[in-house]
Amino acid sequence: MSTLLSVDHVTKRFGAVTAVDAVSLDVKENEFFALLGPSGSGKTTVLRMLAGFEIPEEGRILLDGKDISRVPPNRRPVNLMFQSYALFPHMTVAGNIAYGLEVEGLPRPEITSRVGEIMEITELAPFARRKPDQLSGGQRQRVALARALVKRPRLLLLDEPLGALDKKLRAAMQLELKRLQHDVGITFVIVTHDQEEALVMADRVAILQDGRLVQCGTPHEVYEHPANRFTANFIGVMNFFDENGRTVAIRPERLRVFAEGTERRIEGTVIATAYHGLDLQLHVRTDLSSEPFVVRLTAEAADRRPVAEGDTIPIGWNTSDTRIFTD
Amino acid sequence: MPAEVVRVIPQKTRSTVLMVPALAWLTALMVVPCGLILALAFFRRGIYGGIEYTFTLENFALLLDPLYAGIFLTSARIAGLATLIAVVVGYAAAYAIAAAPRNRQPILLFFAILPFWSNYLIRTYAWIVLLNREGLITQGLRLLGYEGEPPSMLYTEGAVIVGLVYNYLPFVILACYAPLSRLNPELAEASSDLGASAFTTFRRVILPMTIPGIAAGAVFVFVLSIGNFITPALLGGGRFQMIGNLVYAQFLTANDWPFGAALSMALIAIMLGLLTLQAMVAEKTAGETREQSDG
Amino acid sequence: MAERSAASRRSLTAVLVLVLSFLYIPIAVLVALSFNEGGLPTVWTGISVKWYGALFSNRDILSAAFNTLIVALISTTIATVLGTLLALGIETRRRKGRALEALVFAPMIIPDIVLAIALLSFFSLLKFPMGLHTIILSHVVFNLAFVSAVVRAKLKSFDWSVTEASADLGASAVTTFRRVTLPLIAPAVIAGALLAFTLSVDEFIIAFFTSGAGRSSTTLPMQIFAMIRFGVTPEINALATLVMVVSVTALALSQRINKGIVAP
Repeated sequence: MSTLLSVDHVTKRFGAVTAVDAVSLDVKENEFFALLGPSGSGKTTVLRMLAGFEIPEEGRILLDGKDISRVPPNRRPVNLMFQSYALFPHMTVAGNIAYGLEVEGLPRPEITSRVGEIMEITELAPFARRKPDQLSGGQRQRVALARALVKRPRLLLLDEPLGALDKKLRAAMQLELKRLQHDVGITFVIVTHDQEEALVMADRVAILQDGRLVQCGTPHEVYEHPANRFTANFIGVMNFFDENGRTVAIRPERLRVFAEGTERRIEGTVIATAYHGLDLQLHVRTDLSSEPFVVRLTAEAADRRPVAEGDTIPIGWNTSDTRIFTD
Repeated sequence: MPAEVVRVIPQKTRSTVLMVPALAWLTALMVVPCGLILALAFFRRGIYGGIEYTFTLENFALLLDPLYAGIFLTSARIAGLATLIAVVVGYAAAYAIAAAPRNRQPILLFFAILPFWSNYLIRTYAWIVLLNREGLITQGLRLLGYEGEPPSMLYTEGAVIVGLVYNYLPFVILACYAPLSRLNPELAEASSDLGASAFTTFRRVILPMTIPGIAAGAVFVFVLSIGNFITPALLGGGRFQMIGNLVYAQFLTANDWPFGAALSMALIAIMLGLLTLQAMVAEKTAGETREQSDG
Repeated sequence: MAERSAASRRSLTAVLVLVLSFLYIPIAVLVALSFNEGGLPTVWTGISVKWYGALFSNRDILSAAFNTLIVALISTTIATVLGTLLALGIETRRRKGRALEALVFAPMIIPDIVLAIALLSFFSLLKFPMGLHTIILSHVVFNLAFVSAVVRAKLKSFDWSVTEASADLGASAVTTFRRVTLPLIAPAVIAGALLAFTLSVDEFIIAFFTSGAGRSSTTLPMQIFAMIRFGVTPEINALATLVMVVSVTALALSQRINKGIVAP
């Protein structure tokens, strides 16, 4: 796949604050790319620079090899789906979706057919004449998406697209968005603070911290080989302990309760248990760290050998499953 | 699409361009004229009226002359009484509106404010009709069996005060209603839950949090009353000189513009002083409220 | 507010009834008297509209009404454009200076008499001939401040991301203003214009000082002031009623327009 977008050493400051600090990354054609980070990490500023609402102080943004960093938003083949959706409250659903084609000056018949087509795809046709305040949250989200997609942008930017939806709808929409991206064949760049969402949807993930790019890779790479302690902690759950002046980290699912056939083994006291449906999460206090270990026990295993709060149990692991951090 | 490099106009420049016409208008027809008045106050009155362009502080010294200082005190007393009455009555009305069912509050507020937007002269004139020696109030008293000489109500200090209260009451209601309606009802509930009586709750919780509204209303009524010209002219019948009438006279009859200008500056000084005070009250209350929500 | 006892509810209702009576009885009396056949405030002689008829044959009143309409329409138009632009300019700035806030707030709080004599001195020192046009110039000063206050109140809750969305979808700044911003703030702009119109129709002191010497530039409030001061005629009750109807209708309309229509 060829490179569609190149962010090349881009820096953006707001007064004394450096919001984005020399970030470089490439997005390939047809990729589903996620910018992941906690609030204040600079991910939204990167997105706003891609959309044209902020101009970088240093560096370049190349789209199809051309520098677009100073092109105003209305002249870029890039569209943004706003976190608040930013639907025009005085226009109908169809009006909102047609707007971008109207200001482009397309002939009326083409507008009508493209709007109709996208409303079919996003299942909005029955609501064409409604105003945004007569729609549910999920419907509004689809209007925002349709309004951007109908422009057939080279690049679609999505700012926390599922943030305003409830948990159940969010899970359904994650798969829906991925399917849609595949069907329309448009490159997606999504901003999210939800690591699970990024791992589920994206082909590749860029992790930002304090305006800097920490790591960029596939979900598998960033989960299994986190670049630093921050990433390890931010993506999924990680247990840390100090050993010989180094920080050792291990995922909960790599820890084995009762330590059968593991290289390392330690005793600990169960101080809390939490039921998660498929598995049981144990908090185990050991001498190794001040924080208790988080350990996962499958429901099946828990049925075989019940564990209760206050029990002393052995836990174990293999050295190959640990990660060492020096920072 | 060609990769074009367009000069992006910064948002700040765009905002400034939008403001320029209005700001130019305000500068030419408010700032400059008011600056002119300020300058005028330091000149001497010409022998035949007009202005003699020599620097003097006489006009400000004249403000302290017992005759004029007396008018200032009378104006301040009348404006002060009108403010006190308007604030007490207005706060009570605003409280009653805020206590009404939510869906009825807008319409009540609307009717409380509506008279404010009818013509000031007409509202004042209505009180001439009511307070006249043979006016409706006298007739009402007659109906109740009163037989003596009709009381003289028009052209009294009381008439001026009633006129001012009547004209500015709606504004006080509006100013007091704003903070009252924003008040979290749980605060009053928390106070009574902690054992406070209704009166204590009002005095220690509701009143302190609505002081900014009261201050805004009070400053407004006082400033507009002390500089008022129409009400003393019509309901005071010219017997009660207030600062506004004095300014009017300097410009249209006595032809002493520099002194009129000095009087205006005194009015502006009073206004600015009170506005500063009000801003301080608002800031203090806001600060206290913040502390409460943080803690 | 919290639940309260029947007794306190009753006393709150009593307060409202008393205050509203105080506010409305004087006005009601005027309106009633305007229909009094005999014209005297003391004796009721029967219902008649003859005083309204008398108004329409009084040349002075008709010309004053015409002048008022001219002043109000022109000053409102100018003030609406300038005030709306001002509001947009202020609200799109990242930081608002205190001096700027004071400047746009001043016309609403400065005592009329001070602004009136300031303008009078200004025009006469410049030897600028005074008439209806100087009243219009002066009325724009406070009218634009009120329009911008109303529009700014609307813009405070305005979701600016819709204008970014419009730019993102390809619209130029002008198209965004015409198709997105303006339709959304239109209720506030119209409400501000109606408010300015009402203020201008009712304004007396500034008009009085900046109208020049000629009778030809007398406005309705000036005419009413003269009528009250120099001999009350029964016509004034009818005139007062009509003027009140106009201002109150404009205000009620403005209230209505600025709510609803576009839900936030």
